[in-house]
Amino acid sequence: MTAEPVTTEHVTTESTLRSSLHGMVADWSSDQRSFKSASWGKAMMWIFLVSDTFVFSCFLISYMTVRMSTTVEWPHPSEIFALEIGGKKIPLILIAIMTFDLITSSGTMAMAVNFAYARERRKAAILMLVTAFFGAAFVGMQAFEWTKLIHEGVRPWGNPFGAAQFGSSFFMITGFHGFHVSIGVIFLLIVARAVWRGDYDVGRRGFFTSRKGRYEIVEIMGLYWHFVDLVWVFIFAFFYLW
Amino acid sequence: MTVTTDDTTHSHVQVAQAAQPAAQAHGQQHPIKLYLLVWGLLFVLSACSYLVDYFDFQGYLRWFLIIVFMLLKAGLIVAVFMHMAWERLALVVAILLPPLAVLVLMAMMAWEGDYTNYLRVIFFGA
Repeated sequence: MTAEPVTTEHVTTESTLRSSLHGMVADWSSDQRSFKSASWGKAMMWIFLVSDTFVFSCFLISYMTVRMSTTVEWPHPSEIFALEIGGKKIPLILIAIMTFDLITSSGTMAMAVNFAYARERRKAAILMLVTAFFGAAFVGMQAFEWTKLIHEGVRPWGNPFGAAQFGSSFFMITGFHGFHVSIGVIFLLIVARAVWRGDYDVGRRGFFTSRKGRYEIVEIMGLYWHFVDLVWVFIFAFFYLW
Repeated sequence: MTVTTDDTTHSHVQVAQAAQPAAQAHGQQHPIKLYLLVWGLLFVLSACSYLVDYFDFQGYLRWFLIIVFMLLKAGLIVAVFMHMAWERLALVVAILLPPLAVLVLMAMMAWEGDYTNYLRVIFFGA
């Protein structure tokens, strides 16, 4: 049992750490690690998310560029994404429902993290499954939206509503986001299974890394999921509302 | 800890836990009430941004409202759901500052897009 590396060198409790700017300088100039309150797993997820931020930023900025440079009128998302409910056309309603769906999944994810740290693993696993359900529902609605637009003649190279660049921007941005949601759903199901079985209580080794997991994985999973919601906030604002 | 298996497993778990640096052993745990509050706020803000479209506001008012609601929502998600409010400044700065460089690219491409549009109007008479 002594084979476990006991990392005593950076046992720094929160109370001994200084706060504010002095603390930041002290953290960055200190020995061994700069992120005193975040494990390597969490720090790496954050760094991945920063890189992903740049990917989505490039998509949104290229969308801005083509929209600004075209001389043809940009199609009105408000009308294109309207749905007829009860004989009445409601603008952008599908996108609004998708937004609320994703926010709800973020809420259940945040609560799952809480229950995971409280070692209430059944509740945590169920909340993660609920999160995955809302995520899958989101992807389903997106598939519906894509089908509807493709039937209406929207293609990456043109559409009947206006500027040709609308299609390529739409498919690229929502497609990449939907892909992120799909990966998140798979990731959620894997972690939910591990939590439900109590893998992190008995120290069962993961199938992929062959290492023991910790309940912090739920929080790291949560970071990814909230990021997907965060990206949707920007897509909703810039692509659908602008 | 609800492990009630044999002794070896139990001691194993304890060693595994002791191996974690103290600073991360307890993780991010905050009252559920706070999450529900943020959840509610995100709903309200999303409804507000939807209403911008529903009432068909146009021009600067529309853009201003869209940006305000967007930033408020993004701030709530990052600060509370992603726990940035409780992380140390060293991490906050390392994560939140670099994306600001995107604003430079955005400014450059806005300039470029505007110029392309100008040329198209002049040469293609659109």
